[in-house]
Amino acid sequence: MTSMNHLRNKVAVVGVGNTPYGNFPHKSDYALGADAFKAALVDSGLEKHEIDGLVTCRVPYYARMGEVLGLDPRWTLAMPGHGRMSGMAIIEAMLAIESGAADHVALIYTNIGRSRRMNYGGDDSASVWDPWGFTSPGAAHAMMFRMHMQRYGTTTRQLAEVSVAFRQHAILNPDAVMKKPMTIDDHEEARPIAEPLRLLDYCLINDGAVCMILTSAERAKDLRKPPVLITGAGGRDAFRRSAVANFDPDMWFTEAQDTSRQVYEMAGVGPDDVDALMCYDNFSPTVLFSLEGFGYCKRGESGAFVEGGRLALGGALPTNTDGGHLSNSYMQGWALNIEAVRQLRGECGIRQVPGCEVVHYVATTPCTRSIIYTRA
Amino acid sequence: MSYGTPVPDGDPLMEPFWQNAREHRLSVQCCRDCGDRHFPPSPVCPSCLSEEQDWEVVSGKATLISWVTFHRAYWDVLQSQLPYDVCLVALEEGPLLMSNFLGPRPENAREGLPLRVAFDAVSDHLTLPKFVAA
Repeated sequence: MTSMNHLRNKVAVVGVGNTPYGNFPHKSDYALGADAFKAALVDSGLEKHEIDGLVTCRVPYYARMGEVLGLDPRWTLAMPGHGRMSGMAIIEAMLAIESGAADHVALIYTNIGRSRRMNYGGDDSASVWDPWGFTSPGAAHAMMFRMHMQRYGTTTRQLAEVSVAFRQHAILNPDAVMKKPMTIDDHEEARPIAEPLRLLDYCLINDGAVCMILTSAERAKDLRKPPVLITGAGGRDAFRRSAVANFDPDMWFTEAQDTSRQVYEMAGVGPDDVDALMCYDNFSPTVLFSLEGFGYCKRGESGAFVEGGRLALGGALPTNTDGGHLSNSYMQGWALNIEAVRQLRGECGIRQVPGCEVVHYVATTPCTRSIIYTRA
Repeated sequence: MSYGTPVPDGDPLMEPFWQNAREHRLSVQCCRDCGDRHFPPSPVCPSCLSEEQDWEVVSGKATLISWVTFHRAYWDVLQSQLPYDVCLVALEEGPLLMSNFLGPRPENAREGLPLRVAFDAVSDHLTLPKFVAA
């Protein structure tokens, strides 16, 4: 099989920006997107006219976004608002830059799900399973977590460690939405939604936008901030077993293993080399599945692995240092990717991982994707 | 007993499934060319891409994979039934089916529990295949 190994360290992230996160009923997707774009452009030191590639994600209409920003790119890609799309989009942008299709690509993600009262279930996402009352990505993850509990003896108190660690990080993040301290008991006593999952196993729903600007590592040398390199990337989709949306009877273990082989081989690093993990956390069990699928622990052992604050700052594997989707912001992977960049630049203040040189982004989903970033 | 559930989404491919269910038969789509059984139905066979597809009545034997208990009603019509269980079962013939337990959840519910289909006529028009311990 061919690989992307020859693209190791060829493309860099040179600008990142985000809006405040929260409830903004009077702001449109385009207004939020423009704010994030302006912040990322300043961060990069590029001039607007130098942006010749555009990726939009969850933006209602890519052309309107380009119109608002006054851009006529020579390469544009519009992606739907699914969490799996962030990693996919960044890899696509890497390929576009390396192929010569674009020099400087702006990737813009916008989300107004909070102020527009998105439900993520019921009539928002009709499916063949509606007559039996089954709906929502959260319930699909509850199904998988029940299987994990039964197969491996994983407990909800172990699962709570994920939410508690990320909340500790959010408290250190000025941008984060949820800053109320949380204990394992708080998690256990929270309102059940789709049991065995409870409210504190669920991601937030909030408004906001994120922008990243990518270019070649060569061009990145002359820009404002130290470049952060895309050192590894990989992916594998699982469509054949997707009859139940957001569910996989094997928790995407095979796809995660395949993706991890690709990303580690391309980057030339392994789990032991990773200083911080940015792990897609639509629901807390996804983190456990990711830790196993990407070789941070053995299959079935993620519950014990996360005990004792291992994922918290100061622990052996600081994970989602911005607070993740559970406590920072529901930016569907995008906020985690800009947190990766900021950690590698050393810009994270009191939540900075000391000596951070390798950051690993993981999204274990029906389109599993992974990216390893390093400092140039 | 008659009560409300969210109605099927009207996918014409599903009509034979619902017709069979009304007659207390559980069925899945089966490819006339390669014999692949799949559910939900597909416009072409996901295995060989043939358009020659039939519906096959299956044994109704299944095993439990997992279940969840909904404490939130995503449809108003289910509000009065909270909390309710949804189970995921693997049919003996292969396909997975999201369903409910008919009656209370089996006490010894766990992955691998043998189940059999039972039919619940929720209205004159809609009968749902559900499952009980075998």
